[in-house]
Amino acid sequence: MAEFKKADSMLEWFDQRLGVVNFVKVMMTEYWIPKNINFLWAMGVVITVLFTLLLVSGIFLLMYYKPDVNMAFDSVNFTIMQDVAYGWLFRHIHAVGASVVFLVIYIHMFTGIYYGSYKKGREMIWISGMLLFVLFSAEGFSGYMLPWGQMSYWAAYVITEIFGGIPLIGDELVVWIRGNFYVSDATLTRFFMLHVLLIPLAILGAIVFHFYALRFPHVNNEEGEFFDFDEEAEKYKAGDKKGSKVIPFWPVFLSKDFMVVGFFMIFFFYLTFYHYGFAMDAINFDKADGLKTPAHIYPEWYFLWSYEVLRGFFFDIAGISGKDLGLIAFGIANAIFFLLPWLDRSPMVKPANQRPYFKYWFWILMADLIVLTIYGKLPPTGVNAWVGFASSMTFLVLFAVLPFITKLEAKKVGGK
Amino acid sequence: MTNESRRGFIGKAFGAVAGVGAVASLVAMKKTWDPLPSVMSAGFTTVDVSALAENKLEVVVWRGKPVFILKYSADMAPTDGRNVKVGDHYFSVMIGLCTHLGCIPAYLPDAHQFKCACHGGEFTADGVNTFGPPPRPLDIPPFKVDGVTLVLGEEGEEYKAMTAKA
Ligand code: HEM
Ligand code: FES
Repeated sequence: MAEFKKADSMLEWFDQRLGVVNFVKVMMTEYWIPKNINFLWAMGVVITVLFTLLLVSGIFLLMYYKPDVNMAFDSVNFTIMQDVAYGWLFRHIHAVGASVVFLVIYIHMFTGIYYGSYKKGREMIWISGMLLFVLFSAEGFSGYMLPWGQMSYWAAYVITEIFGGIPLIGDELVVWIRGNFYVSDATLTRFFMLHVLLIPLAILGAIVFHFYALRFPHVNNEEGEFFDFDEEAEKYKAGDKKGSKVIPFWPVFLSKDFMVVGFFMIFFFYLTFYHYGFAMDAINFDKADGLKTPAHIYPEWYFLWSYEVLRGFFFDIAGISGKDLGLIAFGIANAIFFLLPWLDRSPMVKPANQRPYFKYWFWILMADLIVLTIYGKLPPTGVNAWVGFASSMTFLVLFAVLPFITKLEAKKVGGK
Repeated sequence: MTNESRRGFIGKAFGAVAGVGAVASLVAMKKTWDPLPSVMSAGFTTVDVSALAENKLEVVVWRGKPVFILKYSADMAPTDGRNVKVGDHYFSVMIGLCTHLGCIPAYLPDAHQFKCACHGGEFTADGVNTFGPPPRPLDIPPFKVDGVTLVLGEEGEEYKAMTAKA
């Protein structure tokens, strides 16, 4: 064992045993962030705060929730909402948090796409981010089942049924996932396990991985500029804070982030107290009934775009059934963003608006996702069905042409 | 033995033990998620169809799934291979789950038609898909005709004859 001298302060005592001084340096005071960024770079920290809120409110809900088809609905709608002191508050925080976290994740994702923060060394940041997106989606889906209302039941039914489209093993796979021929008690308890333990654990691991992946390529900036972080850090440490292009994560970067988090929290609690309705669907206040499909079912808003891609194909094309086409398109929609770093063949790391061709691609994609989201909630009849088809096709075509558009762009800008 | 080859041997031996252990645990985990035996052996459902009203949908539950039983009125034409005659009447007997993604379609008696609210699928009274994403007609559950009762879950003569035609 190394020799210990008597510590003169508490800090020194801990430093001898845990190396805290160095740890704080590496993680905080000498973790360098570019100066040239805006409030959109605070979204990652906002998501982290929201995840913490979800975790804490979830722990309180867990004390009274009962994962059993006969008790789940009442334990949520009577015990938690009416008997438990402030139970309603934790439920509202949890429901609003789950909805809003997706809003912020989407902003975070599309910020990354807009500024080209997914390529030229930042691929692993992007992949780990997409992994978080998939995990959050699974967390949202499994959590939605727990109150055991009509929407819980039918969302669970339709989404598990999707796996039936996988060739050969589909039918058995659905029964295996559900633990029964239909969505039942076995389904509820296993998704309860996933929601409160396995997926949150995986999310925690993925967050650590995401942060770690940021360390080497560093955060991007508003101009997509590449510079020598070590050199700029030396400048900062030497006292040239003005001339240096970087600032330390703590306290300089985070103090700005806290400002954004502060505004965001005001907005968040405004929703929690006065506008929680959007996160708590009225139909889900009817108890689950496996023998009565509600007249119109739809997922939460953040799944609407991919849901619309799923149902956009309502007729057969070239001998492939509309159902299979929808499933294939849905599968592509959920996986394609992972490939973005390789579909974009242009070396430019610049804000989309400074890229000659990519800017059109980006804004058409945004518009298309909005159309998909709006029509995903409308009944799929008449002209709506055709809008759904057109916007689903647009989505697929956009990703199919991206490599070609960006290749042309690379030629035009001459490899810059 | 040199240190190298000893370490190599230990590595391979551990690899083998770990591999067997990993496969065994995966099998066990897969089986834990399987439906329980009580679920798999869930029983049969018997329905007396003699008292049903014409052109009014009857829904019974079989293995947790809704089963549609529709008694045809005189103005409804039966289809070969989709309808079964019990006594003097023709019936549709079908699993009441949309073949698209499993919502329960609603019956519109005036139009003699089923409509699925989820993604707009439509079916005729005998369950043939006519519009929207459903890829095939409503499934027919195994059944047996026993006088005026239907036994769901057992393959009878009529069922076999129907599936042979379809
Ligand atoms: C639990 C969910 C997530 C958390 C907690 C999280 C957190 C963070 C944080 C703290 C940062 C650094 C600051 C910033 O640029 O905002 C960051 C950066 C980044 N994240 Fe995430 N993130 C999450 C999900 C995602 C998702 C779904 C994606 C998209 C696929 C993504 C892609 C990125 C990218 C590309 C960067 C680098 C941004 C840049 O270099 O400018 N993240 N994330
Ligand atoms: S589930 Fe009936 S049309 Fe999709």
